[in-house]
Amino acid sequence: MKYVDEFRDPEKARRLQQRIEAVMPKLRKDRGRPLQIMEFCGGHTHTLFRYGIEQMLPEGLEMVHGPGCPVCVLPMGRVDDCVALAERPDVVFTTFGDAMRVPGSRKSLLQAKAEGADVRMVYSPLDALEQARRNPDRQVIFFALGFETTMPSTALTVLQAKNEGIRNFSLFCNHITTVPTIKAVLDSPDMQIDAFLAPGHVSMVVGEQPFQFIAADYGKPIVITGFEPLDILQSIYMVLRQLAEGRSEVENQYQRIVPKNGNDAGLQAIAEVFELREYFEWRGLGSIDHSGVRMRDAFADYDAERKFTIPNLKIADPKACQCGEVIKGVIRPWECKVFGDACTPQTPMGALMVSSEGACAAYYNFGNLPDLLRLREQKDRRKSASTGADAA
Amino acid sequence: MSRFDPDSVITLAHGSGGKAMRDLIDQLFVAGFDSPELRLLEDQARFGLDSLSDLGDRLAMTTDSFVVDPLFFPGGDIGTLAVAGTVNDLAVGGAHPLYLTCGLILEEGLPIDTLRRVIDSMKRTADAAGVRIVTGDTKVVPRGAADKLFINTAGIGVIRRGCDIRSDRARPGDRILINGYIGDHGAAVVDARGELGLDSPVESDCRPLNGLVEALLDGGIDIHCLRDATRGGVATVLNEFAEASRCAIRIEENHLPLRDAVRGTCELLGLDPLYLANEGKLVAIVAEDQAEEALHILRQQPGGEQAALIGEVLAEPATRVLLSTGFGGERIVDLLVGEQLPRIC
Repeated sequence: MKYVDEFRDPEKARRLQQRIEAVMPKLRKDRGRPLQIMEFCGGHTHTLFRYGIEQMLPEGLEMVHGPGCPVCVLPMGRVDDCVALAERPDVVFTTFGDAMRVPGSRKSLLQAKAEGADVRMVYSPLDALEQARRNPDRQVIFFALGFETTMPSTALTVLQAKNEGIRNFSLFCNHITTVPTIKAVLDSPDMQIDAFLAPGHVSMVVGEQPFQFIAADYGKPIVITGFEPLDILQSIYMVLRQLAEGRSEVENQYQRIVPKNGNDAGLQAIAEVFELREYFEWRGLGSIDHSGVRMRDAFADYDAERKFTIPNLKIADPKACQCGEVIKGVIRPWECKVFGDACTPQTPMGALMVSSEGACAAYYNFGNLPDLLRLREQKDRRKSASTGADAA
Repeated sequence: MSRFDPDSVITLAHGSGGKAMRDLIDQLFVAGFDSPELRLLEDQARFGLDSLSDLGDRLAMTTDSFVVDPLFFPGGDIGTLAVAGTVNDLAVGGAHPLYLTCGLILEEGLPIDTLRRVIDSMKRTADAAGVRIVTGDTKVVPRGAADKLFINTAGIGVIRRGCDIRSDRARPGDRILINGYIGDHGAAVVDARGELGLDSPVESDCRPLNGLVEALLDGGIDIHCLRDATRGGVATVLNEFAEASRCAIRIEENHLPLRDAVRGTCELLGLDPLYLANEGKLVAIVAEDQAEEALHILRQQPGGEQAALIGEVLAEPATRVLLSTGFGGERIVDLLVGEQLPRIC
């Protein structure tokens, strides 16, 4: 298939694998721990697992699966708000498919739908607007979700609704921003990540510049990365080469899609409709300053948070969950206390088990569960043995 | 033949047991299905034991309900599915399918012409499979209590002597076969729902598989395991085999027959073709020394032209299904949790 197979060529993959192998000895030598590369974006996590890329990487190189899955990081309180909106008899609640399964404190949108709420799956915010045109006597709410990737399409949809004078359409805005979140990860005291793969689709909108501080202020190499398996292998090689050469720069592997300065029209639409929130709550990471956007006053009529009353309650993450430590690379997904037992894709407790892009769900679905649980046991035993020795 | 106005619709009277119901049975079902057992209009169909025992030494029986939306899709409709589905459930046990029942639940307001088209499809598919629809039942429910038309079919078949197909018979070294392109039905139904505005040429693969199974058995193939990969797709069937046989299964991504249009639909929507539904695909496990012969037989048959060997059975890791990706990696193919939902980005 054109434009797909070229980026999945096993021969090219083998050559990149060899290059990665070749640069590793130098990097391994002066480290007492594995080298960690964080892929920020859930799309990258998905590609890593779908193509079995982690098994192709050499010893001593770990991928840390970052917080870039918008479905996973949605806090329970926001899901409860969605359910409350969806349960209003006058509302048609429209959402992307994979947000339907995210558990709230009482139920998910899927459960609300089963109980009679009018929840409809759409593939684009424009489909939601079409629902508003077709159902003039109902209030159509679109569950706006995602990083800068999906922001322009929601912004343009709102602008179109306003142009057409459609009054029964609004957004429940949960858009989040990439850069403050990466900064929060970088600033956390137990962070050990050596380099980053930057999200390709976000970069297509925002360009290269917003990532400069990671290289300049934190000295971490970062490569803007595409979503095909060869993109990922090549980008891994590019960050390793930077590390080996002692450089830290923003490099763009995804030049076929990502312009240096981003997408002007998209950025303008975002700026016209949205403004930064002071802070936004994340499942697993807590509150992060400036990490979300809300709708500007000029669009108050299209803002479901202002148009309807919502519970807006903060629900704490379950205590046993260690999502935050997994996201920061402090522990591997299967090392979490509840992984595979209390927390599974059928009954997710934590953010990362919720969507197929979440690191824990990916390990659960694509990993060998019995092996992983055995590894966790061994580690726990080692830990308790060493604590015992210390006490003695 | 028919006195029904082409514009008429099903009313509650058609399920009341009176004159309207009798007309419906006579003109649509008895005439449409055209089987001697049905024509007698008794409360049950009757068949002699002798004719059954000539075919084998065990009876096989199965039932399935069909609630597909939309009723008509490229390559088939709910009627084709209702016959092929039950025929296939019998066939993959090595049974020669013979007789089917047809239970209908109709929503008040269903156009009679729609029902007639479905009955015609059922008859056509039954003829293709060499089975007869011998008894049935009809209920009409008020508008909103069902979605247009639901069908239940049950079927009886006879298993030939010596045939022993079971999910727990896979052994390390065995080979895995499929009779053609995967995911066609799932992709066709996604497209036919019309939510996506795709213009995909994919048709459902819906068809009876008993011809293929009988060709394999007639050719002397000792089929170890056999299932039709319907809901849950090929991935689910392979997991069932691995679990029951306490073996591992490894399949090669590059060997999976997959149409470009289905692959494209999956790429767009973030779906995995291994989990897409099929309605005319069997997955068979046979001994290594019979694999090429089985492949050859399948490819000679209608519906088996694109048959392929897709993988093998291993001893370890027991109960797991592995996929060697075309890219050079390997991953586990697990059972699906919930529905496949399209991803955001």
